[in-house]
Amino acid sequence: MRQLSKFLSAVFLMILFMSNNTAVAQKAPEFSNDLLMDNKTYTYIIADKLEYQSMPGPNPVMWEVQGYIGKDLHKFWFKSDGEIVTTHDETELEFQGLYSRAISRYFDLQAGIRYDLIYEGNENLSRGFAVIGFQGMAPYFFEVDGGLFISEKGDISASFEAEYDLPITQRLIGQPLIETSVAFQDVPEYGIGSGINDIELGFRLRYEIEREFAPYIGVNWERKFGKTADMYNDPSSLSLLGGLRMWF
Amino acid sequence: MNDDSNTISRRTFLRYTASMAAMAGLSTVLPTYAFANLEDRDILTPQGPDNVVDLTIGKMSKVIDGKEGEAIGINGTVPGPIIRLKEGEDVLLRVKNELDEETSIHWHGIILPFQMDGVPGVSFDGIAPDSTFEYRYPVKQNGTYWYHSHSGLQEQLGHYGPLIIDPAGEDPVEYDRDYPIVLSDWTFENPYRVLANLKKSEGYYNYQKRTLGEFFKDAKKKGMGNALKDYLSFGKMGMSATDLADTTGAMYTYLLNGRGPQSNWNALFKKGEKVRLRFINASAGSIFDVRIPGVKMTVVQADGQNIKPVPIDEFRIGIAETYDVIVEPDDNQAYTIFAESLDRSGYARGTLAPKEGMEAPVPELRPRPTRSMKDMGMDMDMGDMDMKMDSGHNHMNMDGGAMKMKMDNPKPPVKHGPDGHGIGAAAIAQNQFDRLHEPGIGLGNDGRDVLVYNDLKSLNPNIDERDAEREVELHLTGNMERYMWSFDGKQFHEVEGPIDFKHNERLRLTLVNDTMMEHPIHLHGMWMELENGNGQYNPRKHTLLVQPAQRISALITPRDKGRWAFHCHILYHMEMGMFRVVQVSDENGSIY
Repeated sequence: MRQLSKFLSAVFLMILFMSNNTAVAQKAPEFSNDLLMDNKTYTYIIADKLEYQSMPGPNPVMWEVQGYIGKDLHKFWFKSDGEIVTTHDETELEFQGLYSRAISRYFDLQAGIRYDLIYEGNENLSRGFAVIGFQGMAPYFFEVDGGLFISEKGDISASFEAEYDLPITQRLIGQPLIETSVAFQDVPEYGIGSGINDIELGFRLRYEIEREFAPYIGVNWERKFGKTADMYNDPSSLSLLGGLRMWF
Repeated sequence: MNDDSNTISRRTFLRYTASMAAMAGLSTVLPTYAFANLEDRDILTPQGPDNVVDLTIGKMSKVIDGKEGEAIGINGTVPGPIIRLKEGEDVLLRVKNELDEETSIHWHGIILPFQMDGVPGVSFDGIAPDSTFEYRYPVKQNGTYWYHSHSGLQEQLGHYGPLIIDPAGEDPVEYDRDYPIVLSDWTFENPYRVLANLKKSEGYYNYQKRTLGEFFKDAKKKGMGNALKDYLSFGKMGMSATDLADTTGAMYTYLLNGRGPQSNWNALFKKGEKVRLRFINASAGSIFDVRIPGVKMTVVQADGQNIKPVPIDEFRIGIAETYDVIVEPDDNQAYTIFAESLDRSGYARGTLAPKEGMEAPVPELRPRPTRSMKDMGMDMDMGDMDMKMDSGHNHMNMDGGAMKMKMDNPKPPVKHGPDGHGIGAAAIAQNQFDRLHEPGIGLGNDGRDVLVYNDLKSLNPNIDERDAEREVELHLTGNMERYMWSFDGKQFHEVEGPIDFKHNERLRLTLVNDTMMEHPIHLHGMWMELENGNGQYNPRKHTLLVQPAQRISALITPRDKGRWAFHCHILYHMEMGMFRVVQVSDENGSIY
């Protein structure tokens, strides 16, 4: 009996000793480079503009929303903008779904499709495009965004937008903006003539209550050119606007 | 099993003490040393024949300056308890995880078998919920260190504490009193949310950007032409002169021993006493500039290693660095221990006082500095400006009668090679500067004597006298706009394997900072002998605060085989990819 207990305690001690040893001699995990959060997918949606414009004639509610889901270098990007004239039962909207790939420090190349819809009374107009474009930060902190569009009928057009954030105080930010579009042929049913279609200049002043939540006021001036202008009664318009910039 | 019952009783005990604290009207659960009377009994020392220290990681609520938040504490406190070990002993640190996620403790700056280093996925499997990990290692060094989680963003939630090792022989540093000063940053925001905000909106927490008003002020001061040139040269590169810190006082409350600036922490002294203050920067994202107005500090230790004493007025402490200073206040009055964040967006403070509850005037935050062309590594004739600044600095030293000799012989700038490091690097430092004699941005130009890396001279000579056989050069890179951080333009998920070090080789590690921000670079498991011109007396460091556009080097002898983490100690930079694994293996490729 005594012998047995001696033997058992010896075995016990041996196990203890071995387990102590294994604590030090344990194998390291295999090398893996998947230990951090540096390859995570993020989702981002921003309503850069969500505003009511006051101008001669119909007063539209206007939006410009975009966002992504993806990683640092590869993303699915969507963009939508449009306007609704509530008093006239008119809607004009545009949607883009793009694959976006980082091609330089500050720029992404984007390609995908665009879908346009114009709804006026009972009439419905829609068309699709193939899109190739770019988006990023140009020198001097200009946020730029440009696209080349080929419609299902082969019409070619392009658009370009640049904006800049000017901090007046830490929360009061001025945002000048320029937008323009060009068409390479007439598309009268959409109110488009060949050449430079229009130029839009805007200035918005937002107050960042939170970074993600900023009401703003501003002015917007738009002028249509060439054949496009001929299709409108008043080729230029000036509007006052108020809205909300939000993201999450 | 035994362990479990212990833990339960300990937990009950903690709950009890917590409620007692609440009953006593204390606003917050703090480690005992956070209270004014710091006594030896409040310190965790190894118990029993096996030298056991028991630690329990768990969720807790923490009140910071009157507001309650969710924290991760160690034995129910934030920061964790002071662990005080003795050089030459074997210790057993049992860490129980009461969180519902994996955790870990990394013993920062401790030379130990790599399996005990505590980096999940690199040196061990991490500590699963409801389990206990036993860290066993021989304590082969002494000095001031700290410990913290290496899992996710737990460190931001309070998972850190001081670790002090008393020397086996006599301490060359004389002192009558001894206080650890743990500096850290606290946020009530979820740290994962913080990371997402930075990812989606660069400069999210920067409320100190250059404004239109500042431009006109600068134009008035420097002339319209010069101001415009300065603003435009930053703009041209898409860089911001106010990129001082990603995470700022806009989200942080800065803590000193777990207390916010309003809940003044007290350290007591009697006139004529030598007080040792062990500064530890346990922040997730904050670099501090520390001074005690009215008191000269003598730096005696850096990163746990004794150095030749350096009398100074102020020092910058990078994240994860430690500095021990001796102060001898002349008068029976209160003195403010003032730790300003580098970007001047806030401060931590405490009071050194002859009696409890005393306060001294709290200094104003200095104006926020701006980055220069030199920080961007641009090809500018900055030599002249440097010389002027330095000679002014020396002049002031002489005026103050300081006996200190500064080594102001910087190495000439080095040009960047052809590699642009790709999309992950928003810029490269075309000119890489020595900068060991520079105190860093926002310091050194107001007459105060500031510690610089050139001042650090080891008290004992380094053992390995060999010159480097091999050089490894790594560039610190980042793209603030995309919030990507990396080495050589590659995030950690993109690398193919570890960086290979050979066991016992003599290696020169050269770090080049291609970003315009400071990065505290930490190497686990071995010392970096900073090459600051002191030869065998080059200081041994575990963390190097690398200035923008700086080229810095250290000699290394990898004495312990294994896998070691190597990373920027800004928590968010590490998680975004500024991280590598260093593998130390013998000639057979074995790490055991």
